[in-house]
Amino acid sequence: MPRHTLSVLVENKSGVLARVSALFSRRGFNIESLAVGPTENPDLSRMTIVVDAESQPLEQITKQLNKLIEIIKIVELEPGAAVQRELLLVKVRAPMAERTQVLQTAELFRARVIDVNPDTVTLEATGTPDKLQALLSVLAPLGIKEMAQSGTVALGRGPRSMSGAGSLRPVERTA
Amino acid sequence: MTTTPTPAPGSPSPTREAPTREAAASLTGVETTARSVAESAAQPATGITGAQSLVRSLEAVGVDVVFGIPGGAILPLYDPLFDSHVRHVLVRHEQGAGHAATGYAQATGRVGVCMATSGPGATNLVTPLADAYMDSVPIVAITGQVPSGAIGTDAFQEADIRGITMPVTKHNFLVTDAAEIPQRIAEAFHLAATGRPGPVLVDVPKDVLQATTDFSWPPRLDLPGYKPTTRPHGKQVREAAALIAGASRPVLYVGGGVLKAHASEELAELAELTGAPVVTTLMARGAFPDSSPQHLGMPGMHGTVAAVTALQKADVLVALGARFDDRVTGQLSTFAPDALVVHADIDPAEIGKNRKADVPIVGDAKETIAQLVEALRAEHAAGRTPDLAAWWTSLDDWRERYPLGYDWPEDGALSPQYVIERLGAIAGPDAIYTSGVGQHQMWAAQFIRYEKPGTWLNSGGLGTMGYAVPAAMGAKYGCPDTTVWAIDGDGCFQMTNQELATCAIEGIPVKIAVINNGNLGMVRQWQTLFYEGRYSNTKLHARNPDGTPKPVRIPDFVALAEALGCVGLRCESREDVDAVIEKAMAIHDAPVVIDFVVGADAQVWPMVAAGASNDDILAARDLRPVFGDGQV
Repeated sequence: MPRHTLSVLVENKSGVLARVSALFSRRGFNIESLAVGPTENPDLSRMTIVVDAESQPLEQITKQLNKLIEIIKIVELEPGAAVQRELLLVKVRAPMAERTQVLQTAELFRARVIDVNPDTVTLEATGTPDKLQALLSVLAPLGIKEMAQSGTVALGRGPRSMSGAGSLRPVERTA
Repeated sequence: MTTTPTPAPGSPSPTREAPTREAAASLTGVETTARSVAESAAQPATGITGAQSLVRSLEAVGVDVVFGIPGGAILPLYDPLFDSHVRHVLVRHEQGAGHAATGYAQATGRVGVCMATSGPGATNLVTPLADAYMDSVPIVAITGQVPSGAIGTDAFQEADIRGITMPVTKHNFLVTDAAEIPQRIAEAFHLAATGRPGPVLVDVPKDVLQATTDFSWPPRLDLPGYKPTTRPHGKQVREAAALIAGASRPVLYVGGGVLKAHASEELAELAELTGAPVVTTLMARGAFPDSSPQHLGMPGMHGTVAAVTALQKADVLVALGARFDDRVTGQLSTFAPDALVVHADIDPAEIGKNRKADVPIVGDAKETIAQLVEALRAEHAAGRTPDLAAWWTSLDDWRERYPLGYDWPEDGALSPQYVIERLGAIAGPDAIYTSGVGQHQMWAAQFIRYEKPGTWLNSGGLGTMGYAVPAAMGAKYGCPDTTVWAIDGDGCFQMTNQELATCAIEGIPVKIAVINNGNLGMVRQWQTLFYEGRYSNTKLHARNPDGTPKPVRIPDFVALAEALGCVGLRCESREDVDAVIEKAMAIHDAPVVIDFVVGADAQVWPMVAAGASNDDILAARDLRPVFGDGQV
């Protein structure tokens, strides 16, 4: 199924995340990833939701989301017109004999070393899901001890913003 | 045929002798107290409690009645409520409070209000909230919550009612600061009543009710994400009009949204202008008069053959405030296969949800239909008037060959359809009818002639057994001069009949017709049709080991009615039906229950089996209509 990235501005109030996640589960939609964080406006939070859905169910998802009172605006970010990043922290087995290989791999993927000890190295990498997947597949034979990965966060390219003047066009409320 | 809400003989006075209520009544007369007192209640106040602020907010927003039950967490609110002109009807179960609020809202068009304490009080409201959500009924529920500091500790009578009701409310609030109370109450009523109406819950912790705060009215509404589209898009309306003007087999498919929008007059105009047949769904009965020759009746699983078939054969469907529910469409893939669809609804999410719309229109039904009428006039003025003569020849043919009907039980028992038909004829189109869920509900939708909006109240979407009695109580409270009949099954009646005690004591003289077949009739019908007559757990009557009924009534509904402070009557034969209904109609000072003992094997027909195509409708058991393909 095609993957879609929805950028959703919501009121910064308790319970909004519960409403959104409950709506997805109740209506039978699958969330691929979800990231919530503050925005330039302290009253608003941004949820970046990645869903796998055909276009008709996607329309139903956005319409149902729009009905939630605390949702302000929904924009679908097209891959070509948006920058999308995920953050990966990965702890790799790196005994002295193999450490150079780990560090070279990190350099190739522009990952940073953020923790070191005699047995392991912890790397921090950002990128598209594809790039992080590639990094992980190179690191896997070396021995991944543990990892944590964020959901996707994304912004539209160009000068426009979702909330300011000349803002991005929202997903149509009318059919 | 009207009644006055005087208390039952011997019962205590229904009103508390609250000074403000008396003063207000003496000033202005009861009907207008809500508004005039609302104006004085809207005066600012300082140093009052959160509970006082909440009661003032209810007064200011124009509430005249609250259905509820007090308890620990909400106790602070009941103290200032004691002095308010807002009347509180003390129900016997919170579910009754919720359905009463719904019945009140559906009968009056105003927002219904119910109230309960935390924990079990609040969870007992879940069913009526879900019911109101499915049927888009504007109600506001106010619940007490354990004190803020105890939230999350599994305190006594704690339930996360906001979390529990998220999927079954339009919106809900947990008030965390007493200063927010006026704003939250105003927002709750605004959300409930506007756009697509629905239930809203406001949960208030006990310490917030006890805190000291200030009150001012009106508060600022802060709902930046809530902007319902009420005005339809002109271009879409013109496209719809062009489609209708060019149709040779149009059908107006009318749903409950037309009643919610008070758009019956506009609908009548549209129907006259188009000359098209009209079908009214279960939620829309009364939106268009049954006496109109253009009305084909109800579509759906138990709709008329003419209504169901008209939808199947249509070339243009004009869906107005309807949502293509599975009980209307049957198997979706074969529903109205040749039709282009104009779908007008205030909720954009309904459009395209089940059936693709060729012309989507988002807007309030009243404005949409009015604009559609204008646009159609322009089409007609331009000479585009369709000829529907051939269509009506087919429609009339189906209607004449397959009218609604029923057989009398072979064992000589009373026919339930006859009882309901006579009740409708005697009580007439001015009465309000509520029903439970099941066979009696379908017969009441089929065999009573509805002429006016707001006269048929039932649980359509959720299918809540037990809806009829409390909904009738709420409707009768809101419309004291109107006769209100609850048509209930014996199964449904045993779920919520405790509210008859409320009706008797509070002076709300509803009338209940229990269609008593001793069984869960609709389930039994399906067991007859689809489970080889294996009646697993559907017999409600006392029976011998071989399954035959025992000659004992458990419960004895006449005795039960009397025990609840009502008049109890019984009818078991055709000859007595009219007389007993007329006797009940003559009682104005107490609730009346008639136990109509009817045959157990009557069935609801026509029927489209669950999941089957509407093309496979059976007019009666083993009678498949012949439509003479090629006719249309």
